[in-house]
Amino acid sequence: MADFTGVDFLELEDLHYSDEECLARDAVRGWVSKEFMPRIQEHVRQDGSFPMELVPQMAELGLFGANLRGYGCAGMNNVAYGLVMQELERGDSGLRSFASVQGSLCMYPIHAYGSDEQKEKWLPEMAAGRVIGCFGLTEPDFGSYVSGMATRAEHRSHGVWVLNGTKRWITNGTVAQLAIIWAVTDEGVRGFLVETDRPGFEARDLKGKFSLRASVTSELFLQDVEVPDENRLPGAQGLGGPLGCLNQARYGIAWGAVGAAMACSDEVLQYTKDRIVQGGPLAGKQLTQQKLVFMLTEITKAQLLCLHVGRHKDAGTLHHTMVSMAKRNNVDVALQIARKARDLLGANGIVDDYQAMRHMVNLETVRTYEGTHDVHMLILGEHITGMRAI
Amino acid sequence: MKVLVCLKQVPHSDARLDIRDDGAWIKDDGVKFEINSYDTYALEQALRVKDAGEAEVVVVSIGPDRVTQALRTALGMGADRAVHVNDPEAEGSDPLGVAKILAAVAAEESPDLILTGFMSEDGNFAAVPPMVARLQGIPSATAVVQCEISDSSVRVERELEGGAMEVVDLEMPCLIALQTGANQVRYASLKGIMQAKKKPVDAKTVADLGLAGQVGASAVKVVIEKIYRPDKGEGAEMLEGSTGEVVSQLVGKIKELGLL
Repeated sequence: MADFTGVDFLELEDLHYSDEECLARDAVRGWVSKEFMPRIQEHVRQDGSFPMELVPQMAELGLFGANLRGYGCAGMNNVAYGLVMQELERGDSGLRSFASVQGSLCMYPIHAYGSDEQKEKWLPEMAAGRVIGCFGLTEPDFGSYVSGMATRAEHRSHGVWVLNGTKRWITNGTVAQLAIIWAVTDEGVRGFLVETDRPGFEARDLKGKFSLRASVTSELFLQDVEVPDENRLPGAQGLGGPLGCLNQARYGIAWGAVGAAMACSDEVLQYTKDRIVQGGPLAGKQLTQQKLVFMLTEITKAQLLCLHVGRHKDAGTLHHTMVSMAKRNNVDVALQIARKARDLLGANGIVDDYQAMRHMVNLETVRTYEGTHDVHMLILGEHITGMRAI
Repeated sequence: MKVLVCLKQVPHSDARLDIRDDGAWIKDDGVKFEINSYDTYALEQALRVKDAGEAEVVVVSIGPDRVTQALRTALGMGADRAVHVNDPEAEGSDPLGVAKILAAVAAEESPDLILTGFMSEDGNFAAVPPMVARLQGIPSATAVVQCEISDSSVRVERELEGGAMEVVDLEMPCLIALQTGANQVRYASLKGIMQAKKKPVDAKTVADLGLAGQVGASAVKVVIEKIYRPDKGEGAEMLEGSTGEVVSQLVGKIKELGLL
């Protein structure tokens, strides 16, 4: 099959992306095609496994914390960063999740809320992929409603915190050397940098996932885990800390979904041109074209949302509701596109020689994590009415 | 050490190509371009020289504005600066014209080593590298799959017909034209791409190089009469059926011909 070709119906490349943004996209696109795509099938056939041998290459490319400045990070603008996320998710949502968790959920809070010592200790190691992070926010009994957090951190008098609780649905929990654990304290929710080899810390893989199979998902158990006060993120107090991280990651997801959608539409366009049905290519049938045009139109609209939200982010004029709209819309249309693509692939679409069904089931997770489809609807609903819906 | 790498931007290997109305070349409107893959091996070799010690890597390319992207990619991979010969007068040059331009840039730069790809994937002449060496009066080796570079000389391994190899020593300055697969080519990193923004790209015209009237379409000695796709020849047999059936038919035919 020919190499992946992106969708650029509105010629954004020539008019709206800088050279550096296009080069970043193309560098990652080439890497995904050559290094990641040949490995994905093998990992999807296992239950929760990521090609860890690619981590040094990902670090060399600068995929970890690419929009952060200093500490060995590339310092790209947010549109270039978004295009990178798009290209990673064109490969697989698990690949983009790996980079999102490392960069937006683990490096970002250290960069934004950490002390100088924390930044210097951890960020260069994480940019180089020598330290893998995981983000411990979600728990077995709470997901979207962060205020239901049960994990507690108790401040002992001699500058030591003691953490107790359970975190679930944690990407990279069993492969991480560092966990960012959010816990309730007497002074509100605080973030802690917890080395995963501390006594009382245990991570176990969650098995049986139909979705994000090329990604490690874990459960974290903290029983009387002691961390020194220097491991507390000094700049994060209250729910603003974790929500700030989620906003970064959601922004990347909005772009990533476009990548998954483009992978499906590219695959199915080639397939329907080659597949002969009743004496002619499947692409020449009206019902096929209806689906292909839906894909083209929705991908184009999603690209415009990303581009404008990205420019706002770079200009410092971003409102979190814009990210909610982009994440919600783009994942939703990507999922619809993946379903239509799988449909057009017929029986071939249910085997893993084709990508559409893999993206389709991945996108069910992407629709759920980092604020579900409905939660983002409620965020937008509150924004336009001024009323928090019950 | 200074290393000059000659890069050509060619149509992407997956691009759908249509022949121009005058039949003499392809239409390049809307075609995506990339660095000639042979040249990426030359660039990688140069960057390895730089990684191993003190070296300045200069990349040069000829072509319109779109070539900037190839040069920026090379700078993103680690080259130090670029020379872009961007002049409509250079368009339509034959291999000798291209070689004159590259040799003129080499004369200005005085590199210790010139690295190129063995040939370009679009033109396929494999003529430019030895011509550049001849015009510069320096030794050259083509079809190189391995290089050992020391301070004043280069030992190369060349591919010969029939699977044989040849080992050749060249005194610097010299030109080496690399075969594909000579090394594992790195990717431009995101950090490299950011740094590339600050690296200089020198724009030059044909006149700047003292070559006015000597290169370009008006000076060609090799004229492309036409390019065409050959008609499907007689005797070609299309095998039909499922993949499994086609494979077994094909194996049968090969056995029939006594080739297996």
